Amino acid sequence: MEIIQFSRQKEAVVFTIFFPVILLAIFGSVFKDTIAPGVTFSQYFVAGMIASGLVNSGFQNIAINIPLERDMGAIKRLRGTPLPITSYFIGKAISVFASMAVQVIILLIIGTAFFGLNLPTEPSKWLTFTWILILGTACATALGVAFSAVPKNGRGASAIVSPVVIVLQFFSGVFFVFTQLPGWMQQVAAIFPLKWLTQGMRSVFLPDTFAAQEVAQSWESGRTALILFAWLIAGLFLAVKTFRWENK
Amino acid sequence: MKVIEVKGLTKSYGDFKAVAGIDLTIEAGEIFALLGPNGAGKTTTVEILAGFRDREAGSVSVLGFDPATKGDAGRAWRNRIGIVLQTASDAGSFKVREIVKHFSAFYANPRDVDQVIEAVGLSEKRDSLVLELSGGQRRRLDVALGIIGSPELLFLDEPTTGFDPEARRAFWSLIRDLKAGGTTILLTTHYLDEAEELADRVAVIAAGKIIEVSTPALLGGRSTAKATVSWLGSNGIQTEESDNPTAVVSKLAAQFGGDIPELVITRPSLEDIYLKMIGGQHE
Repeated sequence: MEIIQFSRQKEAVVFTIFFPVILLAIFGSVFKDTIAPGVTFSQYFVAGMIASGLVNSGFQNIAINIPLERDMGAIKRLRGTPLPITSYFIGKAISVFASMAVQVIILLIIGTAFFGLNLPTEPSKWLTFTWILILGTACATALGVAFSAVPKNGRGASAIVSPVVIVLQFFSGVFFVFTQLPGWMQQVAAIFPLKWLTQGMRSVFLPDTFAAQEVAQSWESGRTALILFAWLIAGLFLAVKTFRWENK
Repeated sequence: MKVIEVKGLTKSYGDFKAVAGIDLTIEAGEIFALLGPNGAGKTTTVEILAGFRDREAGSVSVLGFDPATKGDAGRAWRNRIGIVLQTASDAGSFKVREIVKHFSAFYANPRDVDQVIEAVGLSEKRDSLVLELSGGQRRRLDVALGIIGSPELLFLDEPTTGFDPEARRAFWSLIRDLKAGGTTILLTTHYLDEAEELADRVAVIAAGKIIEVSTPALLGGRSTAKATVSWLGSNGIQTEESDNPTAVVSKLAAQFGGDIPELVITRPSLEDIYLKMIGGQHE
């Protein structure tokens, strides 16, 4: 049901699914430099955009939509039915995964077709891709639900959530090569999951030789998993504690 | 059989006592109206009874269950009740039939989807998007979602606010049908005619307290209150209050030798009684 609702809201579909593609088209075309042997900025950027796409579907969408639904009385109505709360969240999660899947597929297609993205050839890379995708989306969704308690109503939600996401994207090496950012920015960004997500995506799509260019001179997959997981737990905990059925 | 039993219900928001000690008993199969001005505590009371809000003090039993019980136990209880809230604008992008069908899946014993849609008078709009519905139609959909689970008890919070007179009458007819089907109904309203038309019993509530519980006919001693006879006399409109208006009319008929000009006999309306009752509660 959630998916039907989402797909019927034309603006939401366009924004969530096509915006990353549009950004990719713009940035990919503007910055054509090679940033390391065999690696162009566009490839770096696509990896970052895929990670962004997860955050977009999971965090941004959820943190804006839940306050909107709360405004409209949808959540309060559900609360009066025998439907268990978890079913509501599972429905949302499925919708997030579906929109994320569409985004990723589109980005992969356009990335490989126009921006020289190389699809990984080793199965281990695909494995990495899969767990990062799942863990990243789950983490973003949990944080999105937790954050949905912050906006006081649906109208203000977009104004509060979007800047958070955009600022984070700038900090985390989506629009600029991470290692070129000032040191303090890198350290702040390292606390948040997006930096690790983008790095993880790069570990999938960029040649391993590039790893030397990353902050710790390696992909740090283990640490990536740990940090994402920690944020997922934190997100779930906060979500349960702070979820609001209605505006008050 | 008592469907709802409330004793000493209290709820404050900070210093403001929204509900200041309420006792209520609602019997199976009746339509019970909670009548009061805005801010009287009607919605707070209903929300506590429906399990949306925690109470401060007092005991509440709805269908034998305490609505404040947390956790899964509430699910079986929520299966037996229907709730129709005030203004909700959700589910806009769904079709009418879709959303009713969706909600029917939540319940153990749902009514037939098409039958419910017809019962609320939305058969023509089955395939319309919810956001295309008019206000009155939207409310009917809300009722459909409230009754799809075949509830034993239905909560209606100010159901016809904003309706035109024709829509209201149609809505009342729907509610009467529900009662005929055996559903107990608790409705809140600030419309006197609604309370009078629908309710078997009315509780007048103001400033968080119940002033009286009675049938609409007996409320405020209405049936025993004096009638007012007015007519056009030599000095303009004259009125006389009397317990026996027939006697007054006879006297006037003799006086005028036949037709009494501009004769009007009124008993106090529910509105007169009501305004007097709640007037005393304004601090």
